[in-house]
Amino acid sequence: MSCLTCDHVSFAYENQTVVSDLSFRVEAGDYLCIIGENGTGKSTLMRGILGLKKPSFGTIGLGEGIRPNQIGYVPQQTPVQRDFPASVWEVVLSGCINSRGWRPGFGEREKRLAKEKLELLGIWDLKSRSFRELSGGQRQRVLLARSLCAAQKLILLDEPTTGLDPVAAEDFYRLLQKLNRELKITVIMVSHDIREALEYADHILYLSHSSHFFGTTDAFLESGPGKEFVERITALRPRRT
Amino acid sequence: MLQNLAEMLSYPFMVRALTVGILLSLCAALLGVSLVLKRYSMIGDGLSHVGFGALAVASALNLAPLAVAIPVVVAAAFVLLLLNESGKLKGDAAVAVFSTGALAIGVMVVSLSTGMNSDLNSYLFGSILAMSKEDVVISAALSAVVLILYAFFYEKLFAVTFDEGFARATGIRVGMYNALLAVLTAVVVVLGMRMMGALLISSLIVFPALTAMRLFKSYRGVVLCSVVLAVVSFTAGMFVSFWYGTPAGASIVVADVILFALFSIVGWGKRR
Repeated sequence: MSCLTCDHVSFAYENQTVVSDLSFRVEAGDYLCIIGENGTGKSTLMRGILGLKKPSFGTIGLGEGIRPNQIGYVPQQTPVQRDFPASVWEVVLSGCINSRGWRPGFGEREKRLAKEKLELLGIWDLKSRSFRELSGGQRQRVLLARSLCAAQKLILLDEPTTGLDPVAAEDFYRLLQKLNRELKITVIMVSHDIREALEYADHILYLSHSSHFFGTTDAFLESGPGKEFVERITALRPRRT
Repeated sequence: MLQNLAEMLSYPFMVRALTVGILLSLCAALLGVSLVLKRYSMIGDGLSHVGFGALAVASALNLAPLAVAIPVVVAAAFVLLLLNESGKLKGDAAVAVFSTGALAIGVMVVSLSTGMNSDLNSYLFGSILAMSKEDVVISAALSAVVLILYAFFYEKLFAVTFDEGFARATGIRVGMYNALLAVLTAVVVVLGMRMMGALLISSLIVFPALTAMRLFKSYRGVVLCSVVLAVVSFTAGMFVSFWYGTPAGASIVVADVILFALFSIVGWGKRR
């Protein structure tokens, strides 16, 4: 069953095309990583998937039973959040807001949902801690729990390991993998962390100025752009003699 | 002390000033939590200077002050918000341009029309005598509106303040809530500035939230505490002002500063 279908999609800002003629399909339960250099339209594509930007050409379709506001979005952390006085409980509960419509407050159903997600991610004991006192990895888990309150089937992450130390980043990827494999949650992630992307994702969407690649991770590593990409990355890494 | 209190409350203008002031500080504190956290602290200050300019023009042209100032300041609030979102002129720079520009225009108008007089002084530093019966009605209505909207949209305002990106993605109309904040702030600033003064009104918005954030770690805690702090510092400032004959606006801000220092020390002590 398909979860997200992009059909010949282009995006443009004031006649300046940033993404052109992009087609790909994400099936339920897939783990897709979107990689590519800066300025190749990763963020624009993400805004498009979230329904915040209309494609100038082509269509983006969501699978059955998913509305644009039911994508579990995990945005990058903002400077505002660093000293924001909010308890973990308040943050996670705010993920349920899309199911409330105009009604104020949260009901029993939302509270149960928030508790369930906190337990799922192993952070129930952080419930009454303040968001600003948490470590980077804990914060990312809280934001993931919030996104799971908004979405049942599909989560979309924007460079989730930015600013995390390697151990916390590894932990976070393991957690995502567990959600993907055990609960069949579809994961779409924009990443700069190419090595980890190639390790965990089963599909890769590679955006570049000239052409796009979409396929399984193995196919990507065999493909022209994939080989070139990996070569350039290895060349960048400092070598010890 | 009780005698003093009774004496103070025997003046109708004091009762009016206390009523209007408590209601306005309450609204300002609620709005302030969102404004401070969204990094819009200076918006109140900028708007009050715009309000000063508008009041000066209104009095020079013999127009009703509120009828001129409220639309002008609401418009300025929208422009500041749009500039901030479009990123064309950064928020702090935009506020600086607006506030000094409007202040200068106000001073020019006042000096050309009436010359520097006590009017100007009361605009800049406020006067508790400025509150009329009409103000009591308007501020009561306004605070009712702010309280109802705040309670009704509490969860949405939290979501928009904490994370605009996520709020947008979950279908919340972020622009609408930002506009709502801007309009309510503009009205609170215009109503409050004649009592607190253009130079000091933004303290009603900024101080309670900042002080509450020293000690409270949850959003709900900060909101409730800042409301209490706003009422306490306003009442304390008014008492001091009455007993020692000091200007009301300045006395209230000094009360705010003392509370802020106290909370900071306690917060620092708790963290160690």
